[in-house]
Amino acid sequence: MGRTVTEKILAAHCKQGNFKPGDIIDVDVDLLLMNDITGPVAVEVFNKMGDGDVFDKNKIVVVLDHFTPNKDVTSAKLSKTMRDFVAEKGICHFYDAGYGIEHVVLPEDGLVKPGDLVIGGDSHTVTHGALGVFSTGMGSTDVAGIMALGKTWLKVPEQMKVLLVGAPGKWVSGKDVILYVISMIGTDGALGKSLEFDGVGAKYMDMDSRFTICNMAVECGAVNGMFAFDEVTKKFVDALGLRDYKEYKSDADAIYKKIIDVDLSELEPMVAMPHLPSNGRPVTEVGDIKIDQVFIGSCTNGRIKDLRIAAEIVKGKKVHPSVRGLIAPGSRKVFAQALKEGLIETFTDSGFTILPPGCGPCFGGHLGILAKGERCVSTTNRNFVGRMGDKESEVYLANPAVAATSAVAGRLVHPAEVM
Amino acid sequence: MKIKGRALKYGDHVNTDVIIPGAYLSLTDPKELAKHCMEGIDPDFPKKVKAGDIVVGGVNFGCGSSREHAPMALKGCGVGAVVAKSFAAIFYRNAINIGLPLIECPEAVDETDEGDVLEIDMDLGVLQNITKGRSYQIPSLPESIKDILSLGGLIEYVKNMKGRA
Repeated sequence: MGRTVTEKILAAHCKQGNFKPGDIIDVDVDLLLMNDITGPVAVEVFNKMGDGDVFDKNKIVVVLDHFTPNKDVTSAKLSKTMRDFVAEKGICHFYDAGYGIEHVVLPEDGLVKPGDLVIGGDSHTVTHGALGVFSTGMGSTDVAGIMALGKTWLKVPEQMKVLLVGAPGKWVSGKDVILYVISMIGTDGALGKSLEFDGVGAKYMDMDSRFTICNMAVECGAVNGMFAFDEVTKKFVDALGLRDYKEYKSDADAIYKKIIDVDLSELEPMVAMPHLPSNGRPVTEVGDIKIDQVFIGSCTNGRIKDLRIAAEIVKGKKVHPSVRGLIAPGSRKVFAQALKEGLIETFTDSGFTILPPGCGPCFGGHLGILAKGERCVSTTNRNFVGRMGDKESEVYLANPAVAATSAVAGRLVHPAEVM
Repeated sequence: MKIKGRALKYGDHVNTDVIIPGAYLSLTDPKELAKHCMEGIDPDFPKKVKAGDIVVGGVNFGCGSSREHAPMALKGCGVGAVVAKSFAAIFYRNAINIGLPLIECPEAVDETDEGDVLEIDMDLGVLQNITKGRSYQIPSLPESIKDILSLGGLIEYVKNMKGRA
């Protein structure tokens, strides 16, 4: 019987060879990730599990990205806890405040290789599936257990596939693909399942779009998102000089519980209305919605291509007087590249505020918090009640082109309206 | 183990952001987190919840972030268990790991109203709605998860595994 990429990676990381969906398996972890929110709780739990060394100091990554640069004394303490722990245990991969967002930094620095099994103390760890990696998020206690043992248990997910066909139009990117899929199947449409993206249209999805798509697989309940290794992946990993990676592809007779077809040529830029990521509809159908803030950034859409698209739109134009425009490059490398390409100057000239790389605005942690009744168009991943501030504020999820256009227009609009 | 308390009922997709908003994630003490529990959908929750009360939700309970702070906040409030139609994968693991029992029972959710008195017998695998005089079988857990629970959570489980290594 054939297997999917996800099943092949799981098989390569566990001793139970003949598993089927629903079985519980014990897997070895290649890379374990945590941040300044999930990390300190994991450290506390790890210490309760008995003092001692971590399973492999080369396989643990700590990124301080959520409340950084620290917003107050409490969050400064969290960062310090992680800094001290990293030093004490000799953890090799440490990214202090300002390096960037974990899911942007890890692929950028070549820490994630195709074929790996990655666990992160962050739900958006699913992002790395874009590289043909099995990656999923867990909570702090699980992370602590893995720090101690180097392994964890997983329930083998049922397999689901999204078949992409056709070529996308100018303003359509990965964000629209995933918002469309979630709008079709709902926020529990892939609950506990593996969500693979495949088909002849996959070649039109560059790595940045693939990261965006896999990033939001968790918003329909998926355990992991997945793009099989192909020419697009190869170009990316070769540019990084990665070696010893595995090129898995799904077998033709692999079993999928459900297959969804998406014709990229028919997609329009999508907007997920408040207060669920599944409330997606084409931007042309949202009506007249005036906005107070635009945020471009996050592990979903804070990569260089996202900033290029936004800059192309706002060049020579001004952010609407009633809108605060915020841009947070996903990492210091993205920031440096944007600086080199003149994008930062474009944004600044247009009246955008450049924020430090980090997660702050996306989860309502700090920077760009919304007041009661305010509306934000955001390139992030969640628009739950109170996500970015007051529980009576509203978040509209969109791609960077729609966000940039809306910043100029002062309301939610299709990019073609200002271009 | 028996858990008895009033049902506090919510709808579908009760997400981790409404259980504990992001702004409070710099807190790590369950008692502090408890003060803001369910702030996104029910700001009075910390005041009205009593030890042993049972939160009842619809589908996809706990969807969203991996923040263990969400089950920690519920447990910190004294919530005895959560009964829902389905749970998000990460929340499910987190709750088990910290010893907050979760029960998947769509039928019971449909037939339970706010304030009903529920009793859960984990050993017998039975959930009772005492107010309505109804009884439900709780689906049994996989052996490996029972192992974790029988040792009192993942901390003891890992200690046990390390001892064997």
